[in-house]
Formats: sequence, C-alpha cells, structure tokens
Amino acid sequence: MDRKVLDLWVGIFVAVGLGALLVLALQVSNASTTFNTAESYTVVAEFDNIGGLKVRAPVRSAGVLVGRVESIGFDNQKFVARVVMKLDKRYQFPKDSSASILTSGLLGEQYIGLEGGADDELLTDGDRLTLTQSAVVLERLIGQFLYGRAAEGGSN
Amino acid sequence: MDNVIVRALRYVGHIVIDGIWRLGYASRFFFLVLVRSGPSFRRFGLTVREIYFAGVLSLIIILVSGLFVGMVLGLQGYDTLQRYGSAEAVGTLVALSLVRELGPVVSALLFASRAGSAMTAEIGLMKATEQITALDMMAVDPISRIVGPRFWAGVFSMPLLAALFSAMGVFGGYLIAVVLLGVDSGAFWSQMQASVDLRNDVMNGVIKSIVFGVAVTAIALFEGYDAPPTAEGVSGATTRTVVTSSLAILALDFVLTAFMFRGI
Amino acid sequence: MVLTDNLVEIEGVEFRYDVRAVLKGIDMRFPRGQVISIMGLSGCGKTTTLKLIGGQLRPTRGVVRVGGRALHELDMHQMYALRRRMGMLFQFGALFTDMSVFDNVAFQLREHTDLSERTIRDLVLMKLNAVGLRGAQQLMPSELSGGMARRVALARAIALDPMLIMYDEPFAGLDPISLGVIGNLIRRLNDALGATSIVVTHDVQESLKIVDYVYFMSEGVVVAQGTPAQIIASDEDYVRQFVHGQMDGPVPFQYPGAPYRQDLRLEAVGG
Repeated sequence: MDRKVLDLWVGIFVAVGLGALLVLALQVSNASTTFNTAESYTVVAEFDNIGGLKVRAPVRSAGVLVGRVESIGFDNQKFVARVVMKLDKRYQFPKDSSASILTSGLLGEQYIGLEGGADDELLTDGDRLTLTQSAVVLERLIGQFLYGRAAEGGSN
Repeated sequence: MDNVIVRALRYVGHIVIDGIWRLGYASRFFFLVLVRSGPSFRRFGLTVREIYFAGVLSLIIILVSGLFVGMVLGLQGYDTLQRYGSAEAVGTLVALSLVRELGPVVSALLFASRAGSAMTAEIGLMKATEQITALDMMAVDPISRIVGPRFWAGVFSMPLLAALFSAMGVFGGYLIAVVLLGVDSGAFWSQMQASVDLRNDVMNGVIKSIVFGVAVTAIALFEGYDAPPTAEGVSGATTRTVVTSSLAILALDFVLTAFMFRGI
Repeated sequence: MVLTDNLVEIEGVEFRYDVRAVLKGIDMRFPRGQVISIMGLSGCGKTTTLKLIGGQLRPTRGVVRVGGRALHELDMHQMYALRRRMGMLFQFGALFTDMSVFDNVAFQLREHTDLSERTIRDLVLMKLNAVGLRGAQQLMPSELSGGMARRVALARAIALDPMLIMYDEPFAGLDPISLGVIGNLIRRLNDALGATSIVVTHDVQESLKIVDYVYFMSEGVVVAQGTPAQIIASDEDYVRQFVHGQMDGPVPFQYPGAPYRQDLRLEAVGG
C-alpha cells in the first residue's frame, strides 16, 4: 500500500478534530480543575437542610476548590441529609473542621464551605464532620425577618 | 358509506404494515452491516478513503457554520446578559449551548445534508447502474465492501466534526464578546471553565454526536441501498435521507438530553 | 456420460414475483464449450433466467444446476466460491465509475487473489489487449464510448478466466461496428478460454452469426429451440416473425383494445 494525498488530508482532519476535542477538554471545560479520584479521601457530613446542593457541587475552603460532593442521601433514622464528599489528598483538615452550605453570589450555585478547626488530629478517609451549618433558605430568612419586624412593632 | 370506511382502513393498514416491513428490513440491513464490517477494519484503507469523502469534504461547511453560530450566540448572549450586569457569563452561555446541544445537533444536521445525501446518491447510483449487482456477481459482498467502510467512516467522522464545530463556535463567541464588545478576556474564559464540566458536558456532547453519526450514516446508507434503481428513485431517496435523518437527530437529541441532563 | 457434458442445467423451473408468474416451467441445457443464446421479446423472462443461473434469484419450483451443483442448496460462501468462476457482462457494462479502466479489470484479481501488483499488471494488460483496449488503461469509465465500456466490462468479466460467461443484452445500444466487434469477441474469448457462454439478447441477426444453439422464449416458456440453421429454416410463426422482424403475427402489432370501428364511432353512424 502506498501513501496518497488523500491519506494526508484524512490525517489532517483527524489531527485537527482531536485537537478540537482537546481544546474543548482543556480550554473550555473544567478538566484542569478536576482531580484524580485515586488521590482523594472521603468525608461524610450531616445537614438539617441542604437547600439546592447537587452531586458534583464544589467543596471549597477559603475559596479554593478542595473537593467535590460525591453523593447525597437521606438518613431515615435521624431525618437529616447525608452528604458524602471527596477531598483532594493534598489538602488536609483538622478533625473538628466545620462544613456549611453556602451560595456563590446572590443566586449562584450552592457549594460546601470547609472551615479548618484547631484539633491536632487530621481527618482521614470515612470520617464524619460533626459541626455543620445548613443552607440558608431564602423563604425562611424572609419569614424570620418579617416575624422579627412584627415582634419589634408589637413591643413599641 | 361502508365502502369508504373499508377503503380508508385498508389504506391506513397498508401504510402501517408497509412501514413496519420497511423498519424490519432496515434493522436487518443495519445488523448485516455490523456483522460484516470486518473488512472495514482489516482493510483500513477503504475506510480512510470514505473518511476523506464524509469527513474532510465536510470540514469547510462545519468550520464556517460553527464560527457563525458562535458569533451569533456571542452577540445575542451579550445583548441579553449585559442588561443584568453579567456580560462575562456570555462565555458560559456560548460554551454550554455549543458543547451540549448546538455542536452535536447542528453539525449532525449539516453532516446529513452534506455527507449523508452524497452517500445515498452514490449508493443509489451504483445500484441503478448495476454496480452493486456486478459486485455481488464477482463474489464481492457489497455490504462489507461498499456499505461497511462508509458506515464506520461516518461514525468516526461525526464526533470530530462536532468537536470542531463547538471549538470554532467558542472561538466565534470569543471574537464577538471579547474582541468586538470588550468583555474581559479572563472573566470570559474563567466563567466558562467554571461551569462547563468535562464529563457531564463535553463527554455527553461527544456521546451524542457518536449516536447521531450512527443514525445519519445508517439512514443514508439504507436509503441508498433501498432506492428504486431509477433517476427518480435515487433523487427521492436522497430527499428522504435528509428529512428522515434530520428528524431522527432531533428526536434522538431529546431522548439523549432527557437521559443525560435530567439528574443535574 | 451425457449429463456431465452440460455445465448448466435448468429443470422444470418456475418463478414468480409475488403472484405474477414470470417463468412457467422451463427446461434448458447448456453444454460445455458452446455459445448459447436465449432470445425473446422484452419481458419474456430471459433476464430472469440469467439471474437464476447466476444465483441472484431462487426458483419458486424446479432446479438450476451449475457444474453439477444445485444452486438453491448453496450457502453464501459456496455461492461466492462458485461465482468466482462465473463472469458476467451487464447490459450497460456496470463499470465502477470511481475507478480507472485498469483498476476495474484488476478489481477481482485484487479482491480474490494474493498476486503481486506486477503479476496483476501483466494479467490486466493481457485481458485489455484481448479486447483491444490496452492503450485505454488509464481512462476513467466516463471517458469511454458505449462500445469501449462494453469491451472493458468484458475484460473485467474474464479477469479470473471463468468457466461460465453470461451476457445480459451485450448488443443493446451499440453502433454497427461495435456490434460486430462484441459479437466476435464473445465467440473468440469463449473458444480461447474453453468456457461456456450464455447470451441473453433480442438481437437476432447478430447473435445467429456466433452462437451454437438458440432458445426462444415467450411469456415464460420456451417456444422454440435449435441450431442457427434450424432457426432460420423454421416455419413456426413465432420464430419467423421474430427472425424476420415481421410487423404482425403471433405477437400482435395492436395493443389489445376495443374494435377500431367502435373506437372511431363508425358503428353508430353506419347503424
């Protein structure tokens, strides 16, 4: 079989096509910020209310992406939400760290914020975070505000 | 009165039975193409040749259309988003709509009308001029020699074309939003990267385009192979290829989207 | 043995498309080494007969044997093995339009043999030389005249030195010179290859010059058969009309319809 001009064109096509895929992967998407699951550890946290948190939502500490939400479940005994997170091995946190569900911007996506504690021991695979703060639900906030105003008005 | 009802029933029944018959024939054809596609890989030169005709010759239309679609998205997105003070999100809008939907769907539609119709016409003409029969009489299986390489070339080319379309579109959006309208370049890219997910968006887009590639080439090849061996037959089959595969792309897109993005 | 002298045998073959009977029980023998013609009008079933011999169609009833093997018992692989030893010339050549003349003739050699490109080149040039078109090897089929295309197709049909060569209307649409050339080639190639040839045609004058035996078909049955001399001397109405191109006879000139006088409304005026 001899090489033909046609082969050159097909070669160019395949190379450019694969290049476009690579651009989509590296430049357009967040591939550069996803991390290898092999180098991670799992931590569990329970929340009274997770609001609009979704699987694969980011876990951030001091604004830095340190992991992602692996799964979200419901605990039938305690009636709380059970969130499993995968954290990057490079980032270590004390055992008494706290997790809260925050919103980026006023209406942005929800993520988990981790705040380091003071314990000497570090979190390991399968540990449970005890200090958690639920999502702020806007309706409830407004309700509280109105209730507070009403109470203020009543006392005057 | 009775007569009219009976005739109407007979007509509807005829259409239904004919449609099911054709569907069965098409399925058997598709199955045969898969089973007898050994030569498409053993003699890869045959497939490379068809990649040239299906993929390389579709490059220009795909690249140009991708650029324009991206530019339109940039323009429209900017116009709407800047009212809410979030013009930087135009990168997200352009990239997500291209990678998830427009890239695979529009490039598949273009592929159907550029390469799919050409395949149908080519095979239909080969049939009309008895070339298919001649192959069969020369003890060369037309399905593995003619149809198989075209099928795999289409399936292989489609995701590459869709990726090129999307990449070109993002570039077009960048040109309009950043170069022309002055959106901050860093914000444009970082917002885009923050919200486009490799697995959920890019990979699902690739999967979509592979499915579309299978659908379009299978329909195009079947229509060509099934075309009546006359000039009218071939032209009718070419039209049917474009219509049927466009409908198939849009319907499949709905089904795939429902599967892929429901949980997210 | 008389039986083994026949390369192709057709015994009591019937064939129908849906409900329409195309062949209504035909028997034919094609002895080795001979050129045999099947003649008849369009739609008499002669092309269907050729397709049955090539194994493209299966008879509704009866047996077609090629080389002693009943075709309907063969699976796809056996059929393909048999077809490698058959050559077929299609009505308009059916050359592969995306290949040059050379590649068309080389096609089967490349598909079915492991011969080196050098050997293939020699063989192809020999075949092209036999049809007088060695100089046209680099042309594309679109650059050929009808007669040249037919000759290239003939070179392609004999590329693997087949034992059976089938011709579907080889004389259709050719100028008088090409007509004679093709006719001569059919005879010469058959004798040179020691093959058996079946020529389906409605061109009586040209084929009577070259064939050994003739089958006449009409409406799905064999109506007459014999050597060219017997055919020319025949006094059967049908054969006479066909051979001499008479306007009216068993095959009527008028398409069946109402009586002429009635159509012109002469009855009413006269009555």
